[in-house]
Amino acid sequence: MKGSLTNTGAAVRAGAGGGRDAWVAVVQAVVFFGVVAGAWEAGSRAGWWNPVLIPSPSDIFRYIGEALGKGELQSACYVTMRRLVFGYAVGILLGIPLGLLTARFRFAANTLGVLALGLQTLPSVCWVPLSILWFHSNPEGAMLFIVVMGTLWAVLLATDHGIRQIPPIYRRAAATMGSKGFHLLWRVLLPASLPHLVSGAKQGWAFAWRSLMAAEIYVAISTGYGLGHLLHFGRELHAMDQVAAVMLVIIVIGFAADKALFSPWERFLRRRWGLTV
Amino acid sequence: MTIEDELHNAAPAKLTVDRVTKVYRGKRQDVKALDDVSLTVGEGEFVCLLGPSGCGKSTLLNLIAGLEQPDAGTLTADGELIEGPGRQRGVMFQEHALFPWLDVTQNVLFGLNLKPNLSDEDRRGVARAFLEIVGLTPFANSGIHELSGGMKQRVALARALAPNPQVLCMDEPFAALDAMTREQLYDDLQKIQQQRRKTVVFVTHNVREAVCLGDRVLLFTPRPGRIRAEFRIDLPRPRNINDVAVAQLATTITTELKRLLKAENV
Repeated sequence: MKGSLTNTGAAVRAGAGGGRDAWVAVVQAVVFFGVVAGAWEAGSRAGWWNPVLIPSPSDIFRYIGEALGKGELQSACYVTMRRLVFGYAVGILLGIPLGLLTARFRFAANTLGVLALGLQTLPSVCWVPLSILWFHSNPEGAMLFIVVMGTLWAVLLATDHGIRQIPPIYRRAAATMGSKGFHLLWRVLLPASLPHLVSGAKQGWAFAWRSLMAAEIYVAISTGYGLGHLLHFGRELHAMDQVAAVMLVIIVIGFAADKALFSPWERFLRRRWGLTV
Repeated sequence: MTIEDELHNAAPAKLTVDRVTKVYRGKRQDVKALDDVSLTVGEGEFVCLLGPSGCGKSTLLNLIAGLEQPDAGTLTADGELIEGPGRQRGVMFQEHALFPWLDVTQNVLFGLNLKPNLSDEDRRGVARAFLEIVGLTPFANSGIHELSGGMKQRVALARALAPNPQVLCMDEPFAALDAMTREQLYDDLQKIQQQRRKTVVFVTHNVREAVCLGDRVLLFTPRPGRIRAEFRIDLPRPRNINDVAVAQLATTITTELKRLLKAENV
């Protein structure tokens, strides 16, 4: 018994990437990206490819430096993040309660559930033409709509699935201790479906990010330029360093947001459930 | 209410099951899980419901717990009709049913948090006391997945006992454990029952287990579920499952069970 406990403890620590393992991971990643960037830069300087089509890392970072100097990049990041956070929040705040409804009521499952399943398969960029027409004088509304369409269905379906897969024994055990109604929902059903909620929220985040970039590239705008617009203008100006730089920024923001938003939840799931999402 | 009141054992309740019938409606045919079953369990009595699977013993336990409702007949605890689950009747299941999002202490606190008129400090004190009773103080802050099967059932026992129920319903709680862990838990359960006398309804298909733990053993036969025989176990406590007297009595009961099953052609 003691042996197995110690083993579990070790597995949990290793899984959490504590200490040594974490350093190894960081060093390996830094060396890998350093070598790739170095080879890329060397190739560009040696003239192995056209620097206009494939800008060198130094060109990309020069553009980033200039754009930061002008404040252009910060303001684009801010505008994009504002839209993203707002749309994502709306998607989550609608998706979780609607998912609870479809999990609880057969009627909701047969109607809204089927609708969600259908719209989930539709890439949200497909909403761009219609939303431009619907919100023609309100581009922010159009983009919000597209982001919400990207987030909502994934979150709804994950919530629905999460609630349905709860072992019935949890509900029964909670009932014998006097838990019912809102207490049952808040203290048992939602936490019990947490692994699914987190993976749904993560998927929703990824969809929201993709949809927003598509929306910003396509929707003509007068209410503030986001990263998608910078990308679009870069293409129109044939400024590939700008395009590549904005792509890099999009990657970095997506990566950082993923870590900042979901790592705490994933750590919690690993510590308590002993599982990885 | 103070922590002393809370730790002072609640008076165990008297259970009455009066002519209870329970039918499960199936697609092809209905199954009569319990047919006109009556019994009384005295205050602080440890009663084992024994029988092969499908004999309705777990159904009866669920009815007593209030998790299901009978199709006919009534169940009462201290004269009050059992209409739903409630904290006066704690339940332990075959699966530990602990909540993985909570640590060990928080699991024990779950039922306590639903009891009004207690300060948080008192609740924590009660939880600590019960973890001490089941011998898990060093694991108070562990996650459930870090515990062995036997330890999980100990936490489940602490969680069921902590809100101070009058009745403890146990549905084959040790069936999934290895023999050595199980024997340790028989000792612990008897010790706890001596300190904090509860009315216990214990479902099992293990004859020796029933003889080792019960004051009384009720024998069920299936299709439809009925109580067919009753054995009073007067052996001195604490009992050991490997004791000769326990084994002898278990053999007698097994023989009787086989005779009954044969007579009913099942």
